[in-house]
This record gives sequence, C-alpha cells and structure tokens, in this order.
Amino acid sequence: MSKIIDARGLSCPQPVLMTLDGIKAGQTDEMIIRVDNDASKENVSRAARNRGWSVADITEEGGVFSITIRKS
Amino acid sequence: MNKIKNIFAGSGGIIGVGIVIGVLAPLLQKWGNPGNMGICVACFERDIAGALGLHRADVVQYIRPEIIGFVLGSLIAAYLFKEFRPRLGSAPIVRFFLGVFAMIGALVFLGCPWRAALRLAGGDGTAVIGLLGLIVGIGIGTLFLRGGYNLGRTQQTHTAAGWMLPLFMAGLLCLMFIFPQVAGEGKSGILFYSVKGPGSMHVPLAVALAVGLFIGFLAQRSRFCTMGAIRDFILFRQTHLLSGFIALIVTALIVNYTLGQFNPGFEKQPVAHTMHLWNFAGMALSGLAYCLAGGCPGRQLFLAGEGDGDAAVFVMGMIVGAAFGHNFGLASSPAGVGPHGIPAVIIGLAFCLFVGLTMRKRMA
Repeated sequence: MSKIIDARGLSCPQPVLMTLDGIKAGQTDEMIIRVDNDASKENVSRAARNRGWSVADITEEGGVFSITIRKS
Repeated sequence: MNKIKNIFAGSGGIIGVGIVIGVLAPLLQKWGNPGNMGICVACFERDIAGALGLHRADVVQYIRPEIIGFVLGSLIAAYLFKEFRPRLGSAPIVRFFLGVFAMIGALVFLGCPWRAALRLAGGDGTAVIGLLGLIVGIGIGTLFLRGGYNLGRTQQTHTAAGWMLPLFMAGLLCLMFIFPQVAGEGKSGILFYSVKGPGSMHVPLAVALAVGLFIGFLAQRSRFCTMGAIRDFILFRQTHLLSGFIALIVTALIVNYTLGQFNPGFEKQPVAHTMHLWNFAGMALSGLAYCLAGGCPGRQLFLAGEGDGDAAVFVMGMIVGAAFGHNFGLASSPAGVGPHGIPAVIIGLAFCLFVGLTMRKRMA
C-alpha cells in the first residue's frame, strides 16, 4: 500500500518538505503526493528525482495532480 | 504545448529567463529607467503608490507599466497553458502585513532582490551587504519552515476572484491613458507624476509594458523566484531556481559593462546609501517576510496573475507598505535611512518572528 501525502492547497516549499519527510521516514517504497498547482507538481517531481526516486506516474483529475513516486 | 511547458520548467528555461531579465533590465536603464533600477518590483510598486497619491514623496510617483505587464503577462501565460487556478484563503490578512513589512524593509535598503542583483551588476558594493541580509533573512525563514510554519491551505474560488489583481492592473493602465503625463506638470487629472527624481525617469509606456508582458509571461512559465532561489538552496541544496538568479546577475553584469553602466564602488551609487548595518537589516527583514509569504515581490505578481488571491493581497500590502514607508519617514534616501526607518525595521522583524513562531500546523 503506497503512502498518500495530501498537499492540496499548499504551495512550495510545503509539498516538497512533506515529500522529503516521507522519503526520509523510509517506511515505503512508493508514495502518491496530491498537489493542486503546476509549480508544486514540478517541484515535487524534481525533489523526488534529486533524492534518487523516480516519478512513475502523474495523473490529473479536477485540478488535482496525483504524483506517484517510487524508490529506484 | 506540453513540450514547450517542459522546456520552461527545466534548467535551460530558468537560466534562459534569468538571462532575458539580465539583458532587458540594464537596457531599460539605458533607455530611461533610473540607475541600477531597470526593474525593481518594490521601487516600482512604491512609485505606483505615489502616482495614486497614497504617499506624497514627489520624486517617486509614476504608474510603472512594467508591473502591470508582469501581472498581465503571467495571466496570458496561465490561460494559454491552462494554469489559471483561482485560489485564496491562506491567511490573507497575515500576507497583507507581511507585504507591508517586506516593503518597509525594501525601502530601507532601497530595492527588492531584483534590484539588489542589478545594483551588484552595476558595481554597487553596498548591494553585497543587502544580498547578505537577504540570505540571512531567508535563512531565518527556513528555520521556521523546518519547524512546521505555514499559513494553511488555499481554497479554490470563483474565476472572477482570481481576476481581481489583473483587473486592478488593467485599471491602472486605463488611468495612464485617461490622464497621461504632461511635460513639466506634477499632476494629470487624478494621477501624480514626478517632474524630477527617479519617478521622472522612465522608458516610454509601450516599451515598459511590452518588456513587462514578456517577462511576466516567461516568469510564469519558469516559476522564476529570487527568494525561492536562496530558500531552496538552504533547505534542499537545490540549485534550480538559484541558477536563474545567478544567470540574471552575470548577464546584467556583462550587459552593464558593455553599455558602460558598470561603475564599481560603495560611494555615490545611484539611489543607494552607505549605512551598511541598515542595508543589511532592511534586506533581512524583507527576506524573512518574502520567505514567510512564499515568494519574492516579482513571484507574488506572477502568482497573482495566475489567479492566486493571497499573492494579490501580499502585493496590495506592499503598495500600502510603500505609503506608510514614505508618509512616516521610514524610507531611506541617498542621504541615509529615514528618521523612523530603524524602529520600523525592528518592529517588522518582531512581527515576522511573531508570525513565524505562532503559525504552525502539521499538514501530514
């Protein structure tokens, strides 16, 4: 079961901080981060890649992006 | 469209935008804008406050079309790429006062981060001290961010709500056409114009507006932010936004040198003073306020253009802060800090610490 991080309504750096906290916690190899603006989508993806995770999927529904990241 | 989108979000995009600003800002100085002030978001919002009569410092009164262009250029880009997202409700009143104190700090230093960069690129040594203050202020802000500081979530809102600041800017542009500048006159209809000083120095309206629209468009696409540049480096060791800021400084330095606008030194620099401690502290206050509000003054304009009502409130806070700044003798001049500038910086720092310490909420 992948961990879900709800960062809707938040702007950076919060979504990135929450993503990195999730990565640091080390409890899961897959996380889904929900954000609702394009800048956060890009920043979360970039931060995940910088930490050696891969962006597996990005879907959009009703203005909310769900970014799936996986430990490489 | 998606392909273009990715280009701007990549490192080439952010560096490209830094280079564009680094070329255009010194050119604007060459064409008529004040020295080392090709583009200064804080100074130009202050000039707008003066033009509207919110303060009556007669040397800094002009509706700066660059600012209008920033917001409308971002609006156009946001609509074109389907990124216009009307939103608000993340502690707007707090953001308003962060804007007020950010402007007060900027007026003590005499510039926003963009101008600090342009001052440095013009050879003004005092800018180094201001930039150090900016870094320290943002550094303090990152401590709060690490401690859980945030202003809460925004809500989606009506499209019309996202249009408020763009409409205000369009209204200002209309006023410039209805009450155009009359040579040698300090007033045209309801608008005030400077006949001397920095407010009297400006490029033609069409040039300023075109440059503003162009930069606003590019900055919306690339998320250019000078505060974010320093913040992300301190917080995450990420150099993405920083590469854009550095590209701006290096390019502006080269262009200034080529145009003969590079005059190294600390003394007698255009629209600057040499009270180093207060250059430092003013920028530290601004940096902290930008960090707590999530964007530099330019980024707040671009965010407002893509529908962020909270950023719009920050912008209005900066305009009101400029009025306080000049009405209460807080703003500096080339002679040094204003009579009440020092206590204002201390109050501003206390306000930011209060905000940073009290507004925490766990989000995860």
